[in-house]
Amino acid sequence: MDVSDSVIDHLRHVAALPDLAGTRYELESEIGRGGMGVVYAARDRQLDRRVALKVLDSALAGEAQLIARLEHPAIVPIYETGTLPDGRAFYAMKLVAGARLDRHLAEAASLGERLRVIRRIGEALAFAHARGVIHRDLKPQNVMVGEFGEVYVMDWGVDAIAGTPAFRAPDARLDRRSDIYALGALLQFVLPPSAPPALRAIAAKAMRSDPAARYADASALLADIERFQEGLAVQAWSEPLWHRLRRFASRNAVLLWLLAAYAGVKFLLFFLRNL
Amino acid sequence: MNKILVGLIVGLILGAIDGATAWFTPEVRPAIAGIMVGSSIKGMIVGLLSGWYARRVESTRKGISLGAALGLLFAFLVALMQHAHYLAIMLPGFVTGAIIGFLTQRTGSAKRLAEQ
Repeated sequence: MDVSDSVIDHLRHVAALPDLAGTRYELESEIGRGGMGVVYAARDRQLDRRVALKVLDSALAGEAQLIARLEHPAIVPIYETGTLPDGRAFYAMKLVAGARLDRHLAEAASLGERLRVIRRIGEALAFAHARGVIHRDLKPQNVMVGEFGEVYVMDWGVDAIAGTPAFRAPDARLDRRSDIYALGALLQFVLPPSAPPALRAIAAKAMRSDPAARYADASALLADIERFQEGLAVQAWSEPLWHRLRRFASRNAVLLWLLAAYAGVKFLLFFLRNL
Repeated sequence: MNKILVGLIVGLILGAIDGATAWFTPEVRPAIAGIMVGSSIKGMIVGLLSGWYARRVESTRKGISLGAALGLLFAFLVALMQHAHYLAIMLPGFVTGAIIGFLTQRTGSAKRLAEQ
C-alpha cells in the first residue's frame, strides 16, 4: 500500500515537471514556487552553464519581457524566453548562488550590512520606477544576496500578483508608492530591535497609510538612509534637542577634542603662571 | 572653497583668537596688537601649508599631525625671537596647528582651480 502510494506520488511529481524537449535546457531540480510559476535549476547544454528556469503557470510571457527591459546590477538578467510543448511560457535567467534575504540576515547581522542590502534594493526599485515598472510583491523572499554580497531583486510583478500581506500597501490601486511602502516594510523587517529611532522613523514614513504622505520616490527614501549613515538629520524624524546635540558631538568628536585640548592648555598655563 | 583658502582663513581666525588670549597675561597686554598680528601671520602660514598638504594627501590623522608639527615649529621660532615664554607660546601653537590641520582636511575642495 505504502509502495503504491509512493509510486503514485512519484508519478504525480514527474507529471508536474515541465517537458523541456525541444529546448536547450536540462532540468536539474526545483528551487522554489511563486504566485506565477515554479523556478527550476537547469543546465544550458549549448553554453554548458547552470541557469534558473522559471516556468509560468500560463502562456503569459509578459513578466519576462518586463524584466528584460530592466538591465541593472540588482536585477537578475534574463537570457531567453520560450514556450514549452504544453503551451506554458518559460524564461531562463542567471542562477544566483546565495541566500534569500531573510536567511542572509540570520547570518550577517550588522546594521551596516542590513542597510547596504536595503540601499541596493532601493536602487533597483528607483531604476525600475524610472522605466515605468513596479515590483508589486517586494518581500524578503524575493531578495537574494549572492555569495559575494551582490543583491538581486527577483519576481518582478505582473498584474495578477496582489502582494504579500505584511509588505503590501493598503492602497486600492498598486503603483510606485505601493513599492515605497513595501520597501519601508522591508527596512522595518531588517532592522534589529536596537535600531536607532531615526531609521524606524524612515520605515514608518515609507509605510504611511496615505500614499501622498510617503516618500515621493525610492531615491528620496535612500537619501534619508544616506543622511542617517553620514550622521546627518533625517527628514522623516524631527529629533529632540538632546539627540541633535549628541549627533553633533559624535559627528565632530575630533574637533571637540582638539578645542577641549586647547582650552586645557590655556587653563594649565594660567595655573602655572599663578603658582 | 579651495583648501588653501580654507587654511588661510582658518589660520587667520584661529591665530587672531590665539593671539587675543594674551590679554589674560597682564605683562604682555600692552603689546597685544602686535601679538595678534604676529599670531595671525603664523596661523596663516600654517594654514597655507596645511591646505597645500590637504590637497595632496587625504588623511585626517596625517593632516592633524602635520598641522601640529608646523604649529609647534613656527611657535618655537616666535618664542626663539623673544627668548622667553617658550611654553606659553609653543603649547597653544601646537594645538592650534592641529586644529588648522584638521579643518583643512575636513573642509574645502581638493580640486585645483584649473580643474574646477
